[in-house]
Amino acid sequence: MSAAEPPQGANSAPAGGSAAAQPQAWGDHTSVDSSALLEARDLARHYRVSRGYLRGHAIVRALDGVSFTLDQGRTLAVVGESGCGKSTLARQVTMVEAPTSGRLMLDGIDVAQASAATRKRLRPDVQMVFQNPYASLNPRRTVGALLEEPLVIQRRGSGAERREAALAMMAKVGLRAEHYGRYPHMFSGGQRQRIAVARALMLRPRLVVADEPISALDVSIQAQVLNLLLDLQQELGVAYLFIAHNLQVVRHIADDVMVMYLGKAVEQGPKEAIFAHPRHPYTRALLASTPSLRRGRLASI
Amino acid sequence: MNELVVIEDLHVDFGTPARPLPAVEGLDLAIDEGEIVALVGESGSGKSVTALALMDLVDFPGRVRARRMTFSGRDLVRMPDHERRALAGRDIAMIFQDPIGSLDPCYTVGYQLDEAIGLHGHADERASAAARRERALALLREVEIADPAARLSAFPHQLSGGMAQRVMIAIAIAGRPRLLIADEPTTALDVTVQAQVLALLMRLRREHGMTLLLITHDLAVVAETADRVVVMYAGQVMETGVVPAIFDAPLHPYTQALLDALPEHNLDRARLRTIAGVVPGAHDRPSGCLLAPRCAFAADRCVSERPRLRAFDSGTARCHFPLGAP
Amino acid sequence: MVDAPSRFGEFWRAYAQNRGAVAGLIIVGTLIALAIGADVIAPHPPHEQYREFTLAPPAWHAGGSVRFILGTDPVGRDILSRLIHGTRLSLLIGSISVAISLSLGAILGLVAGYFRGIVDIAIMRTMDVMLALPSLLLAIAVVAILGPGLINAMYAIAVVLLPHYVRLTRAAVLAEAPREYVTSSRIAGAGSLRLMFATILPNCAAPLIVQATLGFSNAILDAAALGFLGLGAQPPTPEWGSMLASALEFIQRAPWVVTFPGLAILVTVLAFNLMGDGLRDALDPKLRRSTT
Repeated sequence: MSAAEPPQGANSAPAGGSAAAQPQAWGDHTSVDSSALLEARDLARHYRVSRGYLRGHAIVRALDGVSFTLDQGRTLAVVGESGCGKSTLARQVTMVEAPTSGRLMLDGIDVAQASAATRKRLRPDVQMVFQNPYASLNPRRTVGALLEEPLVIQRRGSGAERREAALAMMAKVGLRAEHYGRYPHMFSGGQRQRIAVARALMLRPRLVVADEPISALDVSIQAQVLNLLLDLQQELGVAYLFIAHNLQVVRHIADDVMVMYLGKAVEQGPKEAIFAHPRHPYTRALLASTPSLRRGRLASI
Repeated sequence: MNELVVIEDLHVDFGTPARPLPAVEGLDLAIDEGEIVALVGESGSGKSVTALALMDLVDFPGRVRARRMTFSGRDLVRMPDHERRALAGRDIAMIFQDPIGSLDPCYTVGYQLDEAIGLHGHADERASAAARRERALALLREVEIADPAARLSAFPHQLSGGMAQRVMIAIAIAGRPRLLIADEPTTALDVTVQAQVLALLMRLRREHGMTLLLITHDLAVVAETADRVVVMYAGQVMETGVVPAIFDAPLHPYTQALLDALPEHNLDRARLRTIAGVVPGAHDRPSGCLLAPRCAFAADRCVSERPRLRAFDSGTARCHFPLGAP
Repeated sequence: MVDAPSRFGEFWRAYAQNRGAVAGLIIVGTLIALAIGADVIAPHPPHEQYREFTLAPPAWHAGGSVRFILGTDPVGRDILSRLIHGTRLSLLIGSISVAISLSLGAILGLVAGYFRGIVDIAIMRTMDVMLALPSLLLAIAVVAILGPGLINAMYAIAVVLLPHYVRLTRAAVLAEAPREYVTSSRIAGAGSLRLMFATILPNCAAPLIVQATLGFSNAILDAAALGFLGLGAQPPTPEWGSMLASALEFIQRAPWVVTFPGLAILVTVLAFNLMGDGLRDALDPKLRRSTT
């Protein structure tokens, strides 16, 4: 662990009473244990889309009743294809958008119903790593400024303390100290993703939402960044909500897996169960479509 | 076997003549008619640039030179421009990674298909607007697009990724090409759609005898589709071989390292095996073997002397100490 | 990794490739130097009237003298000195008008593009109305309300330039606001104010900077037009436009009285335009490279 830790803000202890044990609802896949870090119950997010002048609205059900739990220090992989709602889910969990209905509990506090002040207090606990390493870093900021910005926003530490914390985190993700004053466009995709991971961890979040963090990288760099994520999880005890479409990667990093399709969770459970005995036809289709070296030639149709 | 494409000693440089930045350095490639060759490599390996050079799409300030570059026996290097252009659309076609971005956003699918048919179709297909439309519908059906008539009036942004890629393939095969170059055709697509598009390409190749040059960084895709593999690194060919032999017993340490980095080869381990270091940039290309700074087996000879591509039983490899060979 | 060049170094290298832009920069630099040192550089005070030398021709004409290199105007004032002092005024007009317009326009554009909805509609429709009016008429209207004079002319020009900056900023904000780095800052806890000014605005700066330099030349031309109409700088202020106005009747008899102020305007406007073009070329590829 680094010697310089950013001083904690006033958000260490969750406020409010813990949620009482809920009765097991029909089709409820969540555990009754409300000591989980993150718990979603029938989370839904609908968008009203105008169909044009005088033609009324359509409702897009981007998220249509998703329930899951995630414990501290574990990794839940969300798997699905375009339009399944995983990006919407990411936006709900990071509190960028409010859900239309359902409950989202962070440490027992329902963020869907919470006030803006509560959400602001909880923000540092949930951070995000994005898919595109070329778009997720502000091109006008140096690496040092990027890493220190979350601390500045949350008013943690003095200037010197923030700089020390940034340098310590840079070392942790494998960046050299001389990179401190450089701009993002001078780095490769893999290095930028390391910067993004470092930035996400500056506030010592309990949960990191990783939205396809390695999909845009080369194969050998994917392995490096994946190792980094695993190491950091072990060292810092952070939980991951890992969104991916590559099942091979999911197999390596996840503890539990949730398969999404058209806004719903069609199957979820521990990783071994999903891979060994997929039950839902969509899960089976995903597994069958994933190219693998072991399977050999594609059967000609 | 009938050699369709022969490239010998291809060099593509960017930058200025005084300080060239080599993108491809001394590439040899031969593709036989009807086979599927995969060009594999990571960013900066030069695989896309090779395809662009073959299609005469390398723009200034890129400079292309080759000892020999022929297509079906015809010399591409000395060919006059207009002949080369006719060849490039008709006999060799190319599809790209971002399907929606590769289609012109201002024109409908029908218009773009019409344009391709008008340029490269047979005389009877080109004859009238009605004939071109018929051919367009036939092409869309060929690429398994449902309700082709409705799709003709759609704009690219209204299509899903998979559908846009099928449209691209339809435009590409309008001229009945003998060689189709696919540059990362499925990287941007969902996994189920990826499987469908790959199956489509395989089917087209089987039904029309089309040769396929597949450029990708995804080894799993290669294993499922390709006959032969060419592995590139930093602008040079490191190894060539036959699928699946090359994956079972690779000759070059780089190929082995790529395989080792795959999650499916690390099921028993918590951390994935990785290749330390990064691809050499424009300014720090080693004078010896390009992989030497990162190779676990590098010896003195590797640093001082650049290996040449040598032939072995199972393929070729550019290494002083190939794996498993004397 | 290679030794990283400073941001300014990269920018300068890209900018210096355009020779026209460098020429523009040199000219603008010269103008600034003239403006600062006008009291020292100008051979005569700008208001001093030499009654014996009214309408003296330039030094290279018959009847001219080295004392008044560019000749004198109808009341005997040295044209060269008035031009040099006029530089100060033109640069002042350009800077202040553009500064007012740019700041106000950027803020309005930011607010419109960030908040969208009714705020966006209100701001943009107001700008549309302003754009629908011919710019010179609008300027005249403002000056008519405020009264003639150089300061009021600057306000009028600022009003005329405003809608362009608002639209430009709003377009840039619309493009940048959905980008992931903005979401990243929002997730880190940034509020609207910080997101608008610290995160988004710096990334919209490039088109604004280019437009500002081009706006400079617009401002100078507008000020000259207002001065020409007698609504801007009042005599005896040595503003180039009003110099033109008061000399119009002498265009046949003493063309130098009209020509040199006109040339001064031309050269200045050209220099700023060249600079603006150079800035656009230098800032755009870098912007592209850093966001690819």
